Amino acid sequence: MQITRRDALTLGAGALTLAALPMPVFAATADVDAAIAEFTGGAEMGADGIILTAPEIAENGNTVPIEVSAPGAAAIMVLATGNPTPKVGTINFGPLAAAQFASTRIRLAGTQDVMAIARMQDGSFVQASAEVKVTIGGCGG
Amino acid sequence: MADGVKPRVRVPKEASAGEAIQIKTLISHPMESGQRKDDDGNTIPRSIINRFTVEFEGENVIDVMLEPAISTNPYFEFEATVPTSGTFVFTWYDDDGDVYTEEKAITVA
Repeated sequence: MQITRRDALTLGAGALTLAALPMPVFAATADVDAAIAEFTGGAEMGADGIILTAPEIAENGNTVPIEVSAPGAAAIMVLATGNPTPKVGTINFGPLAAAQFASTRIRLAGTQDVMAIARMQDGSFVQASAEVKVTIGGCGG
Repeated sequence: MADGVKPRVRVPKEASAGEAIQIKTLISHPMESGQRKDDDGNTIPRSIINRFTVEFEGENVIDVMLEPAISTNPYFEFEATVPTSGTFVFTWYDDDGDVYTEEKAITVA
């Protein structure tokens, strides 16, 4: 494909907009992708069958309550895409888990998307994400 | 050992067989993320609980890998089924090699 002058200008403008976003972006997208690839092995992800509950606005990034639920899941991984290290935790469900559900509290460095990926018992993957606006970040500055 | 680590667990005393019961756990632990700096600008080394497991009579209920992004005093709430009377064993694994355990018995009527 040839890059025309117009294309180049559009790209440049897009890059500028990204750079001008007010929030600091800590984690490189590469880290997030690597964490996802490690968990899913590059498999396609569906969107049905997983629910991630997180507050829309969290005043304190040090303790943000979240809840994940994915009926039929073998494991659920939670990622905070804007944290210095995106991984939050992985929950593996054993034979005596009554529901593939867990609730915990996490740290968020700033406003970002929180992502949950479930590995189902049949080996497929589903994911859900939620944006959380953080007033005070939880990384201790 | 990190100071003042104290597990707290809430499990119902009784349940009927096969019933889904709700379990809440909390362990007081600083969960030092390794990102913070002290007053002199030195990084405070990471010190967290990296794994939490729950077993009932040797069978696994939940097994969680924790990362520094889990808040201070890690709290978990989840559900378990109890086939018979028995004991839940809760285990937390610290970065420094310490292991904290707590047991709770439950009676199935």
